[in-house]
Amino acid sequence: MIRIENVCKSFGEKQVLKNINMEIREGETLAIIGGSGSGKSTLLRLLIGLDRPTSGEIYIMGQAISHMQEAELDKLRMNMGMVFQYSALFDSMTVGENVAFGLREHTDLSEEEIQTIVARKLEQVGLPGIQSTMPGELSGGMKKRVGLARAIAFDPKIIFYDEPSSGLDPITTVKIDELMKETQKKQKATSVVVTHDMVSACNIADRIAMIYEGELIAIDTVQNFCHIKDERVQSFMQRMYMGREQAE
Amino acid sequence: MFIRFLEYIGSWVLKLLFLVGDMTLLLWEIFKQLPKKLRPKHILQQMSHLGVDTLPIVSLTLLFTGMVMTLQMAGEMIQFGAESTVGGVIAIATGRELGPVLVGVVTAGRVGSAMTAEISTMKVTEQIDALRCMAVNPVGYLAGPRMLACMVMVPLLTVYGNLISVLGGWLVSKEYFGISNYVYWHSIEQYADGADFSGGLIKAVVFGMVIATVGCYYGMRAPEGAQGVGMATTRSVVTSIIIIFLLNVILSWMLY
Repeated sequence: MIRIENVCKSFGEKQVLKNINMEIREGETLAIIGGSGSGKSTLLRLLIGLDRPTSGEIYIMGQAISHMQEAELDKLRMNMGMVFQYSALFDSMTVGENVAFGLREHTDLSEEEIQTIVARKLEQVGLPGIQSTMPGELSGGMKKRVGLARAIAFDPKIIFYDEPSSGLDPITTVKIDELMKETQKKQKATSVVVTHDMVSACNIADRIAMIYEGELIAIDTVQNFCHIKDERVQSFMQRMYMGREQAE
Repeated sequence: MFIRFLEYIGSWVLKLLFLVGDMTLLLWEIFKQLPKKLRPKHILQQMSHLGVDTLPIVSLTLLFTGMVMTLQMAGEMIQFGAESTVGGVIAIATGRELGPVLVGVVTAGRVGSAMTAEISTMKVTEQIDALRCMAVNPVGYLAGPRMLACMVMVPLLTVYGNLISVLGGWLVSKEYFGISNYVYWHSIEQYADGADFSGGLIKAVVFGMVIATVGCYYGMRAPEGAQGVGMATTRSVVTSIIIIFLLNVILSWMLY
């Protein structure tokens, strides 16, 4: 579904991603973990075409996107949904208008049909009947859910999640994780989740990839990932668990 | 010392050329995106914002300008026995220069700044990225309706402003200097013609384009953070006003 070949990304002198190679299979959930500034969010931006790689190639559904025209990329983006770290809801629109946005822009559906889809998607994320609420009136967790409803309004084949649990309390984090798993089951989409939360990654993903200082240092199934001998992987996992224990 | 001064001048010129080039590309992109999808609801929304936001301040600015111009000028003209030209001079000055320039400056301050603040906030909160992820071109969606709204509303506000300014002039002429209604209005008929006002309207359309382009440009390229939004807004207003004054000279030379 997604293939990344020798991808490098630099911002000026600074090389953020170094020679990344990876394949994401259809229908799987891949969690990309790594510390702050490791380059995982940059990789996600490259995958959806918000930034272009300095070198290398990214294939989405068999199409090379690195040098693709924006209009061509837009056609491909109709198959993708993105849940942003801070939700990125349009604050001048109601929740309903946010979820309906893509449908209004790209389809000829009647207003009645759009409203039905919006209601269904909001129900799917556990927030029925909040169509007329403004994003400013929602909590962080609710915004993430609305962001997810907006991302899946088009029934995309690929869903990208950028730090879905950041800024949320542990209980809401578990709820969001469950919601992502449920969505995955219903949508049968390929999901790429960028997170620094190891527990969340183990909970939702089929495979985990770790990026360390711009390099992909490990990628394996959740079961095998914990047994990877690499010092950097072990160190990251230990720190994550220690941090969690201290918090508890 | 002299070399460093030259280096400074050189880097400033390069930055200026880059800015002009970048803005021209954005203007081109806006007009390229406009016909792809017209969003009548958004255009009307922007036109309504622009009109409602700017009407009171345009009224006050042009009314007082018309009044003060008459106050300064009419006394001198009466001394030379040229009171029959007061209305005409006010109308020509307003129609050709003051109307479009003042409406342009006021709109840049009131609407251009709001445009930059709104778009730059959308940028720093990833809403523009969200538009792109949903296969919606941000230039077409955000800048297109604003451009059309400015190109229509700035000339309309200029027509209104011209009228208010001439009325302000009439009020002072009549009440302060005792010039009769007939002399004032006849003077306008006699000396001012359609070209004085149509040239001003052409200027207003261009100024509208400047306000929308500069407002959207700084919004879309705002640096990160709250400070970035503030900086972008200030730069947007200052740049718009400078370009308006500069283009006014060029357009006046070309049109009259």
